[in-house]
Amino acid sequence: MYAYDEIDRTLVNERVAEFRDQVKRRLSGELTEDEFKMLRLQNGVYLQLHAYMFRVAIPYGTLSSRQLRALAHVARRYDRGYGHFTTRQNIQFNWIKLKDLPDALGDLADVGIHAMQTSGNNTRNVTSDQWAGVAPGEIEDPRIWAELMRQYTTLHPEFSFLPRKFKIAITASQHDRAAIKIHDVGLRLHKNADGETGFEVLVGGGLGRTPFIAKTVKPFVAGRDILSYLEAIMRVYNQYGRRDNIYKARIKILVHELGIEKFAAEVDEEWRQMKSDALLIDDDVVEDIRSRFFYPSYEKLPHNPEELKRAAGDPKFEAWRKNSTFAHKTSGYSIVTISLKPVGAPPGDATAEQMDALADLADKYSFGEIRVGHEQNLALPHVARRDLPALWKALDKIGLATPNVNLVSDIIACPGLDYCSLANARSIPIAQELTRRFANHDTANLVGRLHINISGCINACGHHHVGHIGILGVEKNGEEFYQITIGGRADENAELGALIGPAVPYGEVADVVEDIVEAYLALRHNPDELFIDTVKRLGVEPFRERVYATR
Amino acid sequence: MPLVKGGQIITDAFAHVADDAELPVEGAVLVTAKRFLQDPDAILARPGKAGVIWPNSRDVDDLVPHLGRLAVVALVFPTFRDGRAYSQARLLRERFAWRGELRATGQVLRDQFVFMLRAGFDSFEVKKQADAEAFAQTVKRYSVFYQPTGDGRITALHRRMQLRHSESAGL
Amino acid sequence: MTSPLEQKKIKITGPSVVTANRTIDGAVIYRTTAKDWSTDLAHAAIVRAADEARTLLAESVADDVGAVGAYIAPVEVTDGKIAPGNLREQIRRSGVTITLLPAIGLPVQA
Repeated sequence: MYAYDEIDRTLVNERVAEFRDQVKRRLSGELTEDEFKMLRLQNGVYLQLHAYMFRVAIPYGTLSSRQLRALAHVARRYDRGYGHFTTRQNIQFNWIKLKDLPDALGDLADVGIHAMQTSGNNTRNVTSDQWAGVAPGEIEDPRIWAELMRQYTTLHPEFSFLPRKFKIAITASQHDRAAIKIHDVGLRLHKNADGETGFEVLVGGGLGRTPFIAKTVKPFVAGRDILSYLEAIMRVYNQYGRRDNIYKARIKILVHELGIEKFAAEVDEEWRQMKSDALLIDDDVVEDIRSRFFYPSYEKLPHNPEELKRAAGDPKFEAWRKNSTFAHKTSGYSIVTISLKPVGAPPGDATAEQMDALADLADKYSFGEIRVGHEQNLALPHVARRDLPALWKALDKIGLATPNVNLVSDIIACPGLDYCSLANARSIPIAQELTRRFANHDTANLVGRLHINISGCINACGHHHVGHIGILGVEKNGEEFYQITIGGRADENAELGALIGPAVPYGEVADVVEDIVEAYLALRHNPDELFIDTVKRLGVEPFRERVYATR
Repeated sequence: MPLVKGGQIITDAFAHVADDAELPVEGAVLVTAKRFLQDPDAILARPGKAGVIWPNSRDVDDLVPHLGRLAVVALVFPTFRDGRAYSQARLLRERFAWRGELRATGQVLRDQFVFMLRAGFDSFEVKKQADAEAFAQTVKRYSVFYQPTGDGRITALHRRMQLRHSESAGL
Repeated sequence: MTSPLEQKKIKITGPSVVTANRTIDGAVIYRTTAKDWSTDLAHAAIVRAADEARTLLAESVADDVGAVGAYIAPVEVTDGKIAPGNLREQIRRSGVTITLLPAIGLPVQA
């Protein structure tokens, strides 16, 4: 985790004091809702169907156990005892009261957590790979750069009132776990031919009404220049992004309308004119930030310790180990993914009790650190392999050991019409039914890696466009219907899914998904061919035929 | 609408002159860009000071050649949510070295004062009297700033560098 | 259930009410005949024509301090009893349609 210093703490506290004043002026009538709305959005406060919703930032998906306990405290004290982890490494509380928000923010500020810019037309949480710092083969820890960018974009006086929201994601691995290609700015950290560290900069990705995969605007920007280059991009966007139509205001539209070459030229022209070195990041600055990140002192441990050998006889443990634990860059350790997708439960939710218990487990087995992934699961990034059996027992007791990570029942879903005022249809009950249909782990394992994404409306917070199977809720004559797509993916080979046919009613969605899975099992070349690869090989047609044959 | 400058409410020395109205013979005037560009020399030749209200939908490039002879540049926030003038302000101050009065007009509200100051504005046509009166207090809200602008305030990154250097120098 | 926040023209297709969220805590509220708000749908003022609706909405929106995001929502009236007129309003009145974690009774540490 990044340790706040006096400067960081001061800023967060000043922000809380400012918001407290703004809430006071709203409740007294001094500020109208029209004047207040953007201010509360800039502090992560939405209005939903039943109540306000409070979105708290988890920068680059990293939490200390102390911070996780503070989130549990907010859930318990100000909300209804649970929180929801989102597709952008944030956490949401669904029942918060406006009058309690300054206190909730104050409690979070004590542990270095904030909700700045988790909504509004500004730069949002800079997200990254939830395995940053521990993934084998990583170039270097992208979170250092994410923190630099977090600071650079926080309360930036020039860019706090952009045409629309602005989302940045960073990856430093071959396999992109941060979905950079569906972000307004995507950054791929790598080394060039001269061994210099820098970024491939992509721009204009995004989902929603007009989905786009990001395009490369510059193949290499040296690390020391990345903030100035980012400033050039944002200045071009701030000045020329559309302000007349909120559905055409994202940078992806500007890039599309200008074309990537012209857009790149505009940015370069602006960049060229920025004479000042004020934004140059020298090694000193990077080192300072790096010095405040926590890195454990790993022991020299065996890859196959006695404890693991003994536990290998337990099929339940083995099923979990094979599914939920992943190779760590340090031998003798594992990255453990904590599934928040138990059968029948809302995907991505955790109770305050679970959060507290997990914080204790993190202290005991993961050097006090927890990660949050965009697929709405958590992770313990530094678990000694000898501790896996004991950890598993403890996780199982609190319902956090469902061995379905990356499988068909590991569903990503937005809150949908049960919570969200923008939604057309519900998403969570669809997810819950699907987890029931695929509750059998042998079946799920037979099917293999399969990402289902569900969105309750075209705003696509569930990232349905890039789901292997994507489900989009729409409304037809007051009834809930769902459009189904297949073949999407969010990684380094990002692609938008294709529609398989006309929308189907609420009651039939789970049947359709079962039909798609059955079609895949029948059509796959061999058991090792993943769903996504079968779709790539055969296209949509054979799936469409089977699903709509009797519909 | 109260005008705030130097943290205080002051009387506006500049008369806002409508496009179709005659320019007063003397005294400071503030005119629209449209009027100004029709005949800049005529406006600048007057004995009184001149200022231009520049729209936020237009590059400041066309204004730059005249900066040497202007006293005020007024930029516009049609709603407080339209942040184009922040970029214009920074460009005028930091790229084109504008040293005259840079005025914020339009929907200018309390909760944007700090951003505006940081972007380089030094005078404000404030929408609400209460906000104008609270100006001096409001700008004390923040003492920490992460990113550099032309306002000369030391940024967090640089303050840390200073602290590191003074520590290692044994100070 | 297309978000009524996207309503531009006021179209009434049947009995309707004005609903909003209470500013201080976000609770769901309905505009009453007494120029007030109630959390109980039974106390909501019913309008049946566009101009009636417009008037009621305007009056509701004027209470900027007490309420946020007022809009017109359909209801069904049977034997004098008012019920929500679509799924969205049903959810707003009765809560989420899903089983939540604590209710599912996932085992938690004692």
